[in-house]
Amino acid sequence: MSLAESAGAGQPVPAIEGVGISRAFGGVRAVQDASFAALAGEVHALVGENGAGKSTLIKILGGRIRPDAGQVRVRGAAVLLNSPHDAHRLGAWTVFQELTLLPAMTVAENLLLGREPRGRLGLIDRRAMERDGEAMLAGLGIHHIDPLALVQDLPLAERQIVEIVRAITQDPSILFLDEPTSSLMEREVAWLFGQIRRLRAAGTAIVFTSHRWNEIVSIADRITVCRGGTNVGTFTEIGEDEAVTLMTGRRVGSQYPPRPPAPAGETALAVRNLSGEGVHDVSLELRKGEILGIGGLAGHGHRELFFMLFGAQQPTGGEIRLDGKPVRIASPRAAVRTGSGIALVPEDRKTEGLLLAMSVRDNMSLTILSRIASVGVIRQATEQRLCRGIMEMLKVRAAGLASPVGALSGGNQQKVLLGRWLLADCRTLLLYDVTRGVDAATKHEIYELMTRLAGEGRSIMFYSSDAEELAHQAHRVLVLREGRIAAELDGTGLTAEDIVAAAMRDRAA
Amino acid sequence: MAAPQAIATRRPRLAHAMLQSAPLLLSLAMLAASIVVYCAIYLASQHRLPGGFELTSTVNNTMPLAMAAVGQSFVVLTRGIDLSVGGIIDLTNAVAAVAIHDSPASMVGWSLAILAIGALLGLVNGLLVAVGRLQPILVTLATLSIFQGIAIRVLPQPGGAIPDAYGAVLANVDAPISLIYVALLVLGWRVFRRTRLGVSIFAIGNDEPAAAANGIDVRRTKIAAYVLSGTFSAAAGLFLAAAATAGDATTGNSYTLTSIVAIVLGGVSLFGGRGSAVGGIAGAFVTSMIVNILFFSHIDPLYQNFYEGLFLVLAVTAAAGIGHYFRRRA
Repeated sequence: MSLAESAGAGQPVPAIEGVGISRAFGGVRAVQDASFAALAGEVHALVGENGAGKSTLIKILGGRIRPDAGQVRVRGAAVLLNSPHDAHRLGAWTVFQELTLLPAMTVAENLLLGREPRGRLGLIDRRAMERDGEAMLAGLGIHHIDPLALVQDLPLAERQIVEIVRAITQDPSILFLDEPTSSLMEREVAWLFGQIRRLRAAGTAIVFTSHRWNEIVSIADRITVCRGGTNVGTFTEIGEDEAVTLMTGRRVGSQYPPRPPAPAGETALAVRNLSGEGVHDVSLELRKGEILGIGGLAGHGHRELFFMLFGAQQPTGGEIRLDGKPVRIASPRAAVRTGSGIALVPEDRKTEGLLLAMSVRDNMSLTILSRIASVGVIRQATEQRLCRGIMEMLKVRAAGLASPVGALSGGNQQKVLLGRWLLADCRTLLLYDVTRGVDAATKHEIYELMTRLAGEGRSIMFYSSDAEELAHQAHRVLVLREGRIAAELDGTGLTAEDIVAAAMRDRAA
Repeated sequence: MAAPQAIATRRPRLAHAMLQSAPLLLSLAMLAASIVVYCAIYLASQHRLPGGFELTSTVNNTMPLAMAAVGQSFVVLTRGIDLSVGGIIDLTNAVAAVAIHDSPASMVGWSLAILAIGALLGLVNGLLVAVGRLQPILVTLATLSIFQGIAIRVLPQPGGAIPDAYGAVLANVDAPISLIYVALLVLGWRVFRRTRLGVSIFAIGNDEPAAAANGIDVRRTKIAAYVLSGTFSAAAGLFLAAAATAGDATTGNSYTLTSIVAIVLGGVSLFGGRGSAVGGIAGAFVTSMIVNILFFSHIDPLYQNFYEGLFLVLAVTAAAGIGHYFRRRA
């Protein structure tokens, strides 16, 4: 597709354009009078905090949801997108942040959904489907994903790749990528950017969102900054500080708060020779007031370790001691109730722990209902006061305590979950990649919060896929490799490179 | 060319197929086990093995449930449920008893007309669910009663006469020709899985918003699932009429529950998107075998429901346990 020339000013007609777009969910205005345009053959980054309306805008331009007001134009012509199918017909494909793969179907079935190869009698040719799926993956340089595997059995990063492959093999003239890199490792990001450059050269308009600034500057031709549901400016050159200022409407200081001194206090959580699925012979100690970082490459037992400590997965051997007493954590319910309480905030907030249709208040007070009830009836004023306090402390951005959690942006949902455990007064907090896909300003809030909670004497075990973060935030970092502790690094003077090096060092060394 | 060493680490096609259809294999194993137990009990009480007569009557008795189970599968795979199956069987069975006369034209013409009636009743369900955006359980609970009411109106007293020739084709007592229908059902299902509608039904049962985001017409697919369910329930009504050589406007009532039992035994997930109608057919036969086993164990028929329920709980618990075990090992 060649660049379309406009009739008037000699400006090229945008491949896709949204003008004066608004959309509200419940009482929350997700997008408010936003305008945005992407040209053929450019990579256009949308940046903004969580809740700035980027995802909603992409969903509207991709035909997933309809705007309350405003107009979508494709190659200059006003269009009504009633479904993603309408957008597909106009050549606009989207990789959604919450993936849209079908879990109980195979990779090949997902890749070829709606364009299955037909054999005799017009029936789907399953062998050809397998072959085509394999060819699609191989054609894009992917050899490690089995086209016959069920999507539900793939790790998150591979699911993300399948979702991307499905969109880019449609020969899109317009491609939306909503947070495509948040679950990808560096090598996979490089692969994706290679694909993006190839599509750009072929004239595709590419819109993408990311919270990693270095990614944005390395690939984007133009950057549009969003704040509070509207676009506040489009730039070809902009520095990170300036962008963050625009995104937040205020100046953010140093990204990482000063680390409190390492505590010499007593041990809160002690783990001896813990083993189980994905975890081998792990021993560690977490002191009161300590932030213990857990690092390493994805898929090396971090998730399993965190789940075992939270009772969501059972170890086959080893011992866990909490405040010196051996404990058996049979379930998450037991974890929260054991001694001073162990709580987990996981990465995938939508499926783990939150009741999306219920209110912020209900979600926060869930585990303390018996404490704030008299004769079985919840004292509403107490509930209201406690939840309000936590909501303010965590700066949860919601229309009110009664808004359904499902209407909040991802980072705010995360805060609600953290709020629940703080209300339950859990003293040991397991934070599993909580900053993944979270914008810079919210990240900063989370760092400050961690520092503050540690200062109060709570113990924090913190896994992050971002080594930079661990190097700045943790008192100590344990690096896991193949389910074992491969290195223990002291936080003082620690750099991201040290952590990555420890994670990558092969077994022989 | 793809990198060969990467391919080598992959699971072979057969291993994938075995693992991914474990619930179906489990239901077939359950069927085999129930046949063995039945034969043993039969041998103990009759001092011979069951023969052609037993086979024929078992297959004939199971056909209506197998049909209803296939119909139910379509809807449950979309993550819905069709409680009106019993009402559709009642109504179509009643119409068959009243309308079918002893001429080839009448038999063929009315059979097709009755299947169309079933499709129409399913369409009502489908429209209410997909266009009216009502809960499937509410819609089909209401239409169950409505269809039952119309059935009583059509045939107030059990009766009517189904021509012998009709019975000879659909429920032949001399030879197990109904096995042909079983084979056709299995074959038909395998073909259906390779159609766009087949893929769409599984897709929306997997994840409705995701399916919609992939351009699948959720509304049309759901309607089609209920229409198919209605059509197969009507077929069940015809098979019942053929076997009984008469009609009864309450004969289908139990099929609402037993069709759900059959597909659960057959490994179809009530949460949609996972399972196979072939499993539902196997489940229907397992249910029949249990009835046979209870009969030859001389268990008081009054307690039949009790034992059936007990068995269902045990079977589902065992299936879940085995499934869990294999998933952990995989």
